[in-house]
Amino acid sequence: MAQAGEQHGDAMWINMGPQHPMTHGLWNLRVRVDGETVVEALPEIGYLHRGVEKIAEVREFHKVVVLTDRLCYVSSITWSHAYCLAVEELMGITDKIPARGRYLRVVSNELQRVASHLMWLAAYGPDIGLLTGLLWALRERELFLDLIQALTGQRMNQNYPRVGGVRNDIPATFPRDCEKVVRHFFKKLEEYESLFERNKTFRMRTEGVGVLSKEDAMAWGVTGPNLRASGVDYDLRKLDPYDAYAELKFEPAVARGGDTLARYLVRIEEMRTSCALVLEALKKIPAGPYRVKAPRRAEGQAFRRTEDARGEALFYVCGDGSDRPYRVKIRSPIFCTMSAVPTIMRGNKVADVISIMGSLDVCVGEMDK
Amino acid sequence: MSGHLIDLHYYVESVLSFLLGFGRDQLHGIGTASPAPLGGPLYGLGDLLGAEWLLVLLTWLLVVTVMVMWGTAVNLLVMMWIERKFYSRLHDRVGIKIGLPSMGFLATIPLLGGLFKNFVKRPSHLGTGFLQNVADGVKLVQKENLTPKSADAFTFHVAPVLIATSSLLVFAAIPFSEGFAVMRQVDLAGNSTNPLGILFILAAFGLAPIGILIAGWSSNNKYTLIGGMRSAAMLMSYEIPIILCIIAVVILTGSLDPFEIVRQQTVSLGEAVPALSLLPPTSSAPLYIPNWFIFPQIIGFIVFFVAILAEQERIPFDLPEAEAELVEGWLTEYSGMRFGLVFGFKWLRALAGSSLLVILYLGGWTGPAIGTGLSIGQVGVFFPPQELWFMLKVYGVFLVWVWISWTFPRIRIDQILHIGWKKLIPLSLVTILLAIAMRGLGVYA
Repeated sequence: MAQAGEQHGDAMWINMGPQHPMTHGLWNLRVRVDGETVVEALPEIGYLHRGVEKIAEVREFHKVVVLTDRLCYVSSITWSHAYCLAVEELMGITDKIPARGRYLRVVSNELQRVASHLMWLAAYGPDIGLLTGLLWALRERELFLDLIQALTGQRMNQNYPRVGGVRNDIPATFPRDCEKVVRHFFKKLEEYESLFERNKTFRMRTEGVGVLSKEDAMAWGVTGPNLRASGVDYDLRKLDPYDAYAELKFEPAVARGGDTLARYLVRIEEMRTSCALVLEALKKIPAGPYRVKAPRRAEGQAFRRTEDARGEALFYVCGDGSDRPYRVKIRSPIFCTMSAVPTIMRGNKVADVISIMGSLDVCVGEMDK
Repeated sequence: MSGHLIDLHYYVESVLSFLLGFGRDQLHGIGTASPAPLGGPLYGLGDLLGAEWLLVLLTWLLVVTVMVMWGTAVNLLVMMWIERKFYSRLHDRVGIKIGLPSMGFLATIPLLGGLFKNFVKRPSHLGTGFLQNVADGVKLVQKENLTPKSADAFTFHVAPVLIATSSLLVFAAIPFSEGFAVMRQVDLAGNSTNPLGILFILAAFGLAPIGILIAGWSSNNKYTLIGGMRSAAMLMSYEIPIILCIIAVVILTGSLDPFEIVRQQTVSLGEAVPALSLLPPTSSAPLYIPNWFIFPQIIGFIVFFVAILAEQERIPFDLPEAEAELVEGWLTEYSGMRFGLVFGFKWLRALAGSSLLVILYLGGWTGPAIGTGLSIGQVGVFFPPQELWFMLKVYGVFLVWVWISWTFPRIRIDQILHIGWKKLIPLSLVTILLAIAMRGLGVYA
């Protein structure tokens, strides 16, 4: 750091956070700027550490779902789902989950993924000064929240996945509602395209900005849409299929370039894929039970990774034969992505710090656990 | 073709000379009737009221006051309302709603309360939203005016005043019609003139960024400092194309007089450009294509449009107050009404900017109008009057700006300078070249 100081005599530190419009949560990015150019960036995280992993140790296996729901409030279902998969593996009931339950998990997960990506788009608009994007994306997110509410009864912290299946079946009109929403949403996605990517100014702000090379992305453990934007076709739904994903046809969205625009394109494309997945799963969904009774106690250790909206979510659960987990470890995708931030930031302009952080889709809740 | 309805100086002077003359006559009457020690001074006081210099002084003071009120109390609120309502529609929502029906307390006024009785029963958010900005202003007035401990207190307090006054100063020279202007003389032919009006407007326009720089520096905060410096950098790159574009218009018109510039835009395009003489002549009013300078100066119009947008710090160019990266930029540390002052004057600058654009390129206050046969003073009354045409054009231009602001992302400082220096300045030089060629080759009469 001393060397950097000698090189850039006039450089100054700017604290972007903990209270700053850029942060979308509670964390701090210390940026060292030379004029308008970023010389160095240091993320400071941990403001929102709630000790979820520790609290989980004093809760019964089935009751931890309440905590995992709150890991990321825009993506509750996917997180609880990942936990349930790990616990099922620990209990050895992975093969016994009924088919309807597995399909319902796909449906709820993909709806949640779209809602999460729309929340990202809504936050990304103001990041680059486009407040219309915020209102438009939130408007469509409302439709998906309505669907999730029809399915689970809640708009957030749904508490839907269960160890052994899901909490409840779909309502009778659900497939029809989904089709209506998706048809409407595809039309709106074209509107977004005209607002965002066909806008010259938007491309000026995103093309070639915050480039994360393929090698860097893999070296730093970046996963999810951010990794796929760097040109790596790495989607756990395809590579390590869980639930009903192996029985569904889809192509994960991959873009080249690794810049902010690529990350935007991947997420937009992923929303399309997810919508198609929801419809496909609802068509193929078999009749039957949607949950099995899971044992209360478990011994041994298991881990399971899933494709969260933000990347690879991994749960490691260890049981000692009692009805509570002995140890729970969470691998948060954004926690790992954050370590790549100094690499991405270097050499960009101050204004791009916001654009880049916005495109990475930070969720502080899951990052700080 | 069209006449102005408001003759500011004439109206104010007529009212004042009537009032002062009435006062003088009364005092003279009392003075003559009173006994010796009182009568003389009272009669002298009457003379004072009737003095020419007092009439001139009070007329100027009142004219300036009327113009300031017209700018701030009327247009500032209207433009804020237009912007907030229009971008709400873009956002697919209704937007601000607080209006007269929200003011249920009006029913408690002792005598007049009966008029507003049904406001109490109505839901309070059924208004047009026009009073929302007033409510915001009241809220800001109630807030504490904080001065940061480490700020340079004197300059911190001076900067908003500098920004506000320099923005108001622009309105001294901006005419809203042939009669509705502060700086205005009438020449021998009966035409309004203000020989160096455009120069004055430019000078006043260029003052505010200095205030912004001072504000950013004196707040002693990194965000405000960067905001202030960005503002200075933008001033350098956007004042120049503005001035160059105006030079092109001045070459065409041979005048820095806003009245003269508008007057030259009233003739038909067919008469101004001999090559286009097939177009209908001025005499076929009101159905001719006017010689608005947007036609011969289309490149200049585009450059001026973009540059004046940057000058106002609207969203594609709002870097000095980029709220995402610099919190609120150079006005981060301001609070209370001091914040309201510097924030609200953005709309006043928008008004000045769009007025300038309309005067220079869109024919100012000219437009088809029908005489009503009436006249005030020596000026015939036409419908629609010049003021209406002018405000329609100004608000129209402003709507386009709002539209752009809310559908474009903010661009980066290096890109903004790139656009300014590498695109707008060369293009504005091209417009000057075109203007010279038009005059030199006789394309433009």
